[in-house]
Amino acid sequence: MARVSLFVTCIVDQIFPQVGIAMTDVLERLGFEIDFPPGQTCCGQPAFNSGYPEEARWVAGHFLDVFRDSEYIVVPSGSCTSMIAHHYEEIFEGDAKRLEEAQRMAPRVWEFSRFLLEVARVEDVGARFDGVVTYHDSCHALRELRIKDGPRRLLANVRGLELREMDMAEQCCGFGGTFSVKFPDISGAMARTKIESIRKTEAATVVSIDSSCLMQLQGAMQRAGLPIRTLHLAEVLASR
Amino acid sequence: MAAIPESQIKQTLGDSRLQLAIYSSTQRLMDHRAAAVAPERLPEYQDLRTRANALKRHTIENLDYYLEQFESNVVAHGGKVVYCRTGDEVADFVLGLAKERAARLIVKSKSMTTEEIHLNERLERHQLEAVETDLGEYILQLAHQRPYHIVAPALHMTRYDVADVFTENLGIAKEVVPENQTKIARATLREKFLQAHIGITGANFLVADSGAIVFVENEGNARLSHSAPKIHIAIAGIEKLIPRAQDLAVFLNLLARSATGQALSVYTSFVSGTRRAGEIDGPDEFYVVLLDNGRTKLLRDPEKRQSLYCIRCGACLNHCPVYRKIGGHNYPWVYSGPIGAIITPQFHGVAENGWLPFASSLCGACAEVCPVKIEIPRVLLKLRSEVTEARRAQGTGGWERLGFRAWAWLMTHPGAYLLFASLGSKFAGLMPKIGPLGKWASQREVPRLAPKSFHTLWEERKRR
Repeated sequence: MARVSLFVTCIVDQIFPQVGIAMTDVLERLGFEIDFPPGQTCCGQPAFNSGYPEEARWVAGHFLDVFRDSEYIVVPSGSCTSMIAHHYEEIFEGDAKRLEEAQRMAPRVWEFSRFLLEVARVEDVGARFDGVVTYHDSCHALRELRIKDGPRRLLANVRGLELREMDMAEQCCGFGGTFSVKFPDISGAMARTKIESIRKTEAATVVSIDSSCLMQLQGAMQRAGLPIRTLHLAEVLASR
Repeated sequence: MAAIPESQIKQTLGDSRLQLAIYSSTQRLMDHRAAAVAPERLPEYQDLRTRANALKRHTIENLDYYLEQFESNVVAHGGKVVYCRTGDEVADFVLGLAKERAARLIVKSKSMTTEEIHLNERLERHQLEAVETDLGEYILQLAHQRPYHIVAPALHMTRYDVADVFTENLGIAKEVVPENQTKIARATLREKFLQAHIGITGANFLVADSGAIVFVENEGNARLSHSAPKIHIAIAGIEKLIPRAQDLAVFLNLLARSATGQALSVYTSFVSGTRRAGEIDGPDEFYVVLLDNGRTKLLRDPEKRQSLYCIRCGACLNHCPVYRKIGGHNYPWVYSGPIGAIITPQFHGVAENGWLPFASSLCGACAEVCPVKIEIPRVLLKLRSEVTEARRAQGTGGWERLGFRAWAWLMTHPGAYLLFASLGSKFAGLMPKIGPLGKWASQREVPRLAPKSFHTLWEERKRR
């Protein structure tokens, strides 16, 4: 079986490490050999999205160095995957050497659910999860990576799980990185609109493939006193 | 550096009647558009977008050629083209012409370009009456407000708001039935059409190979503004050019569908030149005013010049979760929503509108529905880096820059990153909730840093 390098992302590393463990469990059960390059930190997106391309270039350069020899890089985030696969080319436009490295890197970076479906070629990972869940389409996964159906197919094969669609699945949760602290009132209002849509499904759990959206939704749902939990797709697929 | 209108935004967010008006109106426009471009209704939708983008790119990159071609064709049909660099020049032209022809009354159809240069106010200062004849614009003119939305200018007003405006300004009893409100406006406006000397319209497209202008509308008032008065002045930005009449097949298929979900708007008018012998209506004089007002400045940047492809359908506003919360009037210029967020800084200064490109979660819903495929998030990102550069040049924003420098250093020194993170997980709970953390906490609970990072858990797992 192929060797898979995990890029867990900074947010999973520091706030949701259990997502990285869940991803490891799922991939190991499928027979992959897992590698975790220890020098990894962040993809650089926070700086890139905040108007600091130079700082983003440093961090992106570090990422390219750390994952230079990896064959498959699997990431539990649509947003970070898109940053590496799409935006590295933009930020290294004026640097021929780095640009070439970025272009060689792009096809080797896989968002977790897409890796399962297109490389591992499984739809049923043998998971069991009892309960009603609703799925949140994260913006960069949906609009930059065109991931829509895949995570739902994986969820459909989980025993005991009922997927109940919300009416605003494709609506942004309002996180948007530094947007959430630069415009907290707008960001909070967006979250509350999304939560209203979640609440109407009466699902006990919101599932997504991006932990940053889940952090926003979880924080806002806790503030609203709603007993709805958030789980990354990997956590659902790892449960038995 | 202009400040974020934070208290205004809070006020808008807290106004539940306004929130409902914005939300339901934009939702209706979104639903109608979605039905109109669905694959069963318009299988070639994506191809049309690609072609529209290519046509706009080609035109914008060869603007000088098409401007000249357009002008010579307008002249051949008996019209005149007037080039104006600024709004002042437009006003001077209209005022001069009105004086020469002893005109006192102007009827106007809806035009964002004239809103952009505040034409009505400029004309009023010289005792020239300019009456808006689009229903929404007429209401706003009475209420002394600027458009809330590119396509639906009075989107924020309920019929009860309109009733109040009519009672206050027309001295009539309260009328809350929309059909009757329309009749009231029509009765007033019909008189104006018959008396007006000059009609001013905008233009949705300027067709270079025929010299025609095209305008789309639902009320028939633009058509009347063109044909009833003796003089017709069409005012449009230079970016409204398209090369050939046959290209309208692409743009007309996209514009109304994206704007309101109609396959075509109720009226699509093709106007070229003055009334010819044997024709029963049409103006004796026909002028096309081509406005720059900063557009040529946008041409200089090869990446951002795509901002000029916009055909003003308003779809990006309807689909923007930020616009749907803060509405149109919190944006600093008449162009609001995502398109406003990318063109305002380019027209009026990046430093002066520094907050605007950041007021987006970069969700990309705008780009997904843009009929001419403007990469709005990409332009926003470019503008964000220009804003931080401008701040650096002004000597402001130092703390944020220092923060990102320090962050980037940590992220490129894994040992330091891990040490910092492990200290963080122990002491983060003691952090006072000020600065960005306070902003986060104002809306949601603060997530706890995990006691053990994935790095640590991985090490433990390997040892087992």
